Amino acid sequence: MIEQLIIESLAIGACYGLFGVAVAIIYKTSDVVNFGQGEMGMIATFVAYHILTAYGATFWVAFALTMVFAVLLGMLIEFLFLRPAKDPTVLGLIIITLGSEMLLMGLASWKWGAEQKDFTFPLSVSKNVQIFPGLEINEWAMGVFILTLSIMILLYLFFRFSKLGIAMRATQQNQNAAKIMGIKVERVFSFTWAISSLIGAVAAMFFAARSVLDPNFMMEPFMRAFAAAVLGGLTSIPGVVLGGIILGFIENFFGYAWPEWKPIVAFVLIIIILTIKPSGLFAKHYVKKV
Amino acid sequence: MDMKRDYYEDIKLFSSGTILFWSVVFLLFLFTLPLFIPSYYFYLFNIILVHVILAVGLGILVGYTGQISLGHAGFFAIGAYGTALLMSKLGIPFFPALIASGLIAAFFGFIIGLPALRLEGPYLAIATLGFGLTIMHIIGRWEIFGGRMGISTPPLDIGVPQMGLSILVDSDIKIYYLILVITVIMVIGARNLMKTRVGRAFVAIRDDDIAAEVMGVNLTIFKTLSFAVSAFYAGVAGGLFAFVLGFFDPFTFNLILSIVFLVMIVVGGLGSVLGAVMGATLITYLQYELLKNVEELPLIGDILVKISKQFLTVIGLQNFSSIALGLIMIGIVIFEPLGMFGIWIRIKKYWKTWPF
Repeated sequence: MIEQLIIESLAIGACYGLFGVAVAIIYKTSDVVNFGQGEMGMIATFVAYHILTAYGATFWVAFALTMVFAVLLGMLIEFLFLRPAKDPTVLGLIIITLGSEMLLMGLASWKWGAEQKDFTFPLSVSKNVQIFPGLEINEWAMGVFILTLSIMILLYLFFRFSKLGIAMRATQQNQNAAKIMGIKVERVFSFTWAISSLIGAVAAMFFAARSVLDPNFMMEPFMRAFAAAVLGGLTSIPGVVLGGIILGFIENFFGYAWPEWKPIVAFVLIIIILTIKPSGLFAKHYVKKV
Repeated sequence: MDMKRDYYEDIKLFSSGTILFWSVVFLLFLFTLPLFIPSYYFYLFNIILVHVILAVGLGILVGYTGQISLGHAGFFAIGAYGTALLMSKLGIPFFPALIASGLIAAFFGFIIGLPALRLEGPYLAIATLGFGLTIMHIIGRWEIFGGRMGISTPPLDIGVPQMGLSILVDSDIKIYYLILVITVIMVIGARNLMKTRVGRAFVAIRDDDIAAEVMGVNLTIFKTLSFAVSAFYAGVAGGLFAFVLGFFDPFTFNLILSIVFLVMIVVGGLGSVLGAVMGATLITYLQYELLKNVEELPLIGDILVKISKQFLTVIGLQNFSSIALGLIMIGIVIFEPLGMFGIWIRIKKYWKTWPF
């Protein structure tokens, strides 16, 4: 029982972490907290569902097309909604992303209705695989582990060695200096949103495989993932994944003891952690200079 | 245009006789509204007035003090449940119950203000968002709050029924008068507050909290005070909202409601009481009246139905209000960051300086 709980905590935590990474990438580069991230993932999952059911495509074809869609969606939202805003305030940015959330949610419920659907995902939660004798993990958790690990490694390599990744880090540190150095900051933002939307869409599919598919299904996971990202510190990517795993553990163990309070433990925890350590657990505290 | 010559001119509630005159005319119009408008509209007017109280309170926090709250639905819920339960379970008369639940909400506002001392921007947004969701879940779990099934309000009696002094407020029009009086008091109160030392401290914190602290504004006191005042407004609004609805459950006070509240003041214009009033009126009208039956919208209704039949689903068309609200939110930040108040100022300037 206890092993199962640990594996479950690790898996759901990694999934929160993965989605939190999508939020963190945008925040890292452009200081925008994307409240619409959950709905971007939701609409991408719906597109995959639509391709699967309406055109009868195989999962991997649908998956590939959805990834293309997610990239375009991320770029489109950045291009249409964030780029035209001139010197927006923090509140203005939050309002824009909340607006895109409402917009996407409205569009999804207009197109697919509010009733719940089943999303066919090749990795199931109920089928177990044996890794070594005595330890069984379900396929879904296995998929999450492999995916999270590979995305972490890829992102590390990307931010460390690729030109675009270095340009992103430069943009984060100082936009004007980056512009002077010949970086097209707008294009960097475009790519940032594309990458984030891609990761978010993959994570959303994993969430959809666990629960049902309806226009609201990413609301709760998004807020957990966001909480996890804040817990780990929004600016450090390994921190975000660790934050997700910590949150997964606390939530599952707490939920095991007091099931009825499971939905809110994440938020109470976040308020407490933020009061004690305002920048999250693993990020350097940023001190404002006057 | 607005040259202030001395301090007393600055703290005057009405800066000129013209404004005073038109304010009185507008108030008289509001008080005689039941004479011209059919009574079935008053449910909508009541909701608008309740939202005006809340938006003015939220405007104090967001517009004047520069903090962010995505948890005002939580304070709203505390006010609604507090008033309804204090009246039905403890038999407290209406006005003490309303003020008490406002104060309970203010206490929670103070509690939430404590982490806000060290947080800003997105971090504050997530902390307040967590608060709102927590309140919703706690209310949904505890039996005393009626659980997920919701509770209905006791009959609204603004007298003291225990002492035989019973004044029953039972129709929408009577509730309208009750709420209108409270709204006018609350709005004038907010305007007055902004002209005092406290209000100037709030504005100083918004403009630069470090500079404010250097000038001697105690951040601990004034930030938590701003949260408390704002939560008090939300609590009172919630208490009135409970009686407008008559029956409510925890899911009335969800995250979307908090977002809509924020939209009201951003659309109306931050940092102005008038803006909050205009924004609350417009958004509530859109949500509860104009976008309720999308099919019957003038001009675009038929087109939308056709589009739905061709590409989308007709049954999902009711979600159009969510799309419209999202577009308004994005559009206002991109095209008119000062909101409706900014447009009003521009029109006023245009006419005052015409033909130049």
